[in-house]
Amino acid sequence: MSGRQIAGRVVPLIGAVAATVALAQTPGDLPPPATAGALPAAESASLDYWSMLFVFMLATFIGVGVIRRVSRLLHTPLMSLTNAISAIAVVGSIIVTGSEHPLHIRILGAIALFASTTNIVSGFLITDRMLKMFKGDGGRK
Amino acid sequence: MIVAFTQLSYVVATALFILALHWMNDPKTARRGVYGGVAAMFLAILATWAQPQVIVHHVWIVIAIALGFIVGWPLSRVPLTAVPQRTALSHSFGGLAAGLVGTAEYFLWLGEAPVNLTPFRMTAIIAEIILGYLTFTGSLMAAGKLQEIRWIPQRPVTFPLQNALNIGLLLLAVIVGAALVLNPAAPWSATAFLVIIGLALLFGVLLIIPIGGADMPTVISILNAYAGLSAVAMGFVLDNKLLITAGALDGSSGLILSVIMCKAMNRSFFNVLFGAFGKVEAVKAASGQKVYKTETIEGAAQLLEQASLVVIVPGYGMAVAQAQHKVRELYDQLKKRGITVRFAIHPVAGRMPGHMNVLLAEADIPYTDLVEMDEINPDMPQCDVALVVGANDVVNPAARYDKSSPIYGMPIIDADKARTVLAIKRSKNPGFAGIDNELYFSDRTWMLFGDAKAVVGELVKQLSGGSGMH
Repeated sequence: MSGRQIAGRVVPLIGAVAATVALAQTPGDLPPPATAGALPAAESASLDYWSMLFVFMLATFIGVGVIRRVSRLLHTPLMSLTNAISAIAVVGSIIVTGSEHPLHIRILGAIALFASTTNIVSGFLITDRMLKMFKGDGGRK
Repeated sequence: MIVAFTQLSYVVATALFILALHWMNDPKTARRGVYGGVAAMFLAILATWAQPQVIVHHVWIVIAIALGFIVGWPLSRVPLTAVPQRTALSHSFGGLAAGLVGTAEYFLWLGEAPVNLTPFRMTAIIAEIILGYLTFTGSLMAAGKLQEIRWIPQRPVTFPLQNALNIGLLLLAVIVGAALVLNPAAPWSATAFLVIIGLALLFGVLLIIPIGGADMPTVISILNAYAGLSAVAMGFVLDNKLLITAGALDGSSGLILSVIMCKAMNRSFFNVLFGAFGKVEAVKAASGQKVYKTETIEGAAQLLEQASLVVIVPGYGMAVAQAQHKVRELYDQLKKRGITVRFAIHPVAGRMPGHMNVLLAEADIPYTDLVEMDEINPDMPQCDVALVVGANDVVNPAARYDKSSPIYGMPIIDADKARTVLAIKRSKNPGFAGIDNELYFSDRTWMLFGDAKAVVGELVKQLSGGSGMH
């Protein structure tokens, strides 16, 4: 029983390390992570699709492993927290909005940036607001 | 230098996101998760902003972020009963962002360097926009239904060949997408791209129209998974592993919640999305001659006073009536008399996963007294009074044996096994799913008709008056 518990703790950690290694494997001499139009045509073929699929696969397993053990009490805050986390799409929006692109492209980027920022701000704030309310036995005012 | 800094920040941010979710496994450490997430987000944004090619249009970025703050802050202050619609709305924003970035990337490459539109990247872009835009309209519809906006039908809307139409639309979008993958820069490609967007937007609306309120927890979870997957697709398009990881975390949370919700209703994914409750409603048998036994407030208060174990079963009706604070007062009154009070939480009670827990936590009820269905059911035969507050389908015994019932096979809270049942119900109409609940006709059940908040308030008044205190 306790062995299983230990395994339950260790396996996600190993997964996290593996994913971190996979992330870090991007060789330093590659161009910055692909950004809108910034890549010369010749280099597009060298994009490392396989390592992206690898990262996706590992991250999904880590996600499932970690989230399965989230307390059922907290499923609503969990959803708002993961929502805020996936608003990391803000990264893509910033690149599209801030680079030297035609106007209509930047407008699309700015709307996306606005939408993601909204999710970040409201997602984290409301998660914290909800979590603050969960009090243990003696914690009532 | 900058490249190394950016990548390193992304690695750290990824680790923090994973830790943030890890900390959510206990209410004691959960708030740490929020701080971890915020730190990771800051780091990722700074690292991205610092990249050399982003230096051109700072004003645009600042304005968009400022507007996001202006809209996001009030959205985080909504009453907790409105959390399901806020969540749906934020899924729709997430989908919109993914869809827009995908669109921008495609037209950018189409105009400047079509060579970059490799089959792999085109596939990712198509997946991104289909998932993104269908999540956008689908979640908007869901939010509208939850908010009960007038021009969005609350009841499931069904029509002949609905599923054939929906699946056909999606298939069409995929076929056009496949053609685009093969010919990303043909003269008709831009038009085809817009057609896919249109189809995805339409599909999102049609997907939600036939879905009723009782299915909302599942649907919100599925939309959560879609929003995460669209972020993953964006990561593939931009070759950004941070996006892929964060999107996959969101996607797997949506997936797990969907599985839990489906199990809790004994239905499959497919059945929730394509087998509307609406169809079932027509079948419901009208077995009219059964009679309710009603109880007075005084009688109910007496029953409660004499109990030693009271289990309260909350449902969506409690949220609608905003009765959670009155329920807390009742909880206090009973506790004061040394009565053990537990809350039995069904996974699909309410309109999103965990909805009841948040409402009860808001009312200051310690989470140690909130008990999951599987844990409380063995104790139900020892329970003196089961008090059903605005719950219906989750306590319907028909789920156990009536094969003709639409909820047959759904695990329920065994309220009917308690020695006495007190059920608060707004009206004599059947619940959301349109199904008669025979728990209400059982000879152990006493009904209290009225608004949940008012009835519980009356009970509290009765109990506090009787005890001679206050």
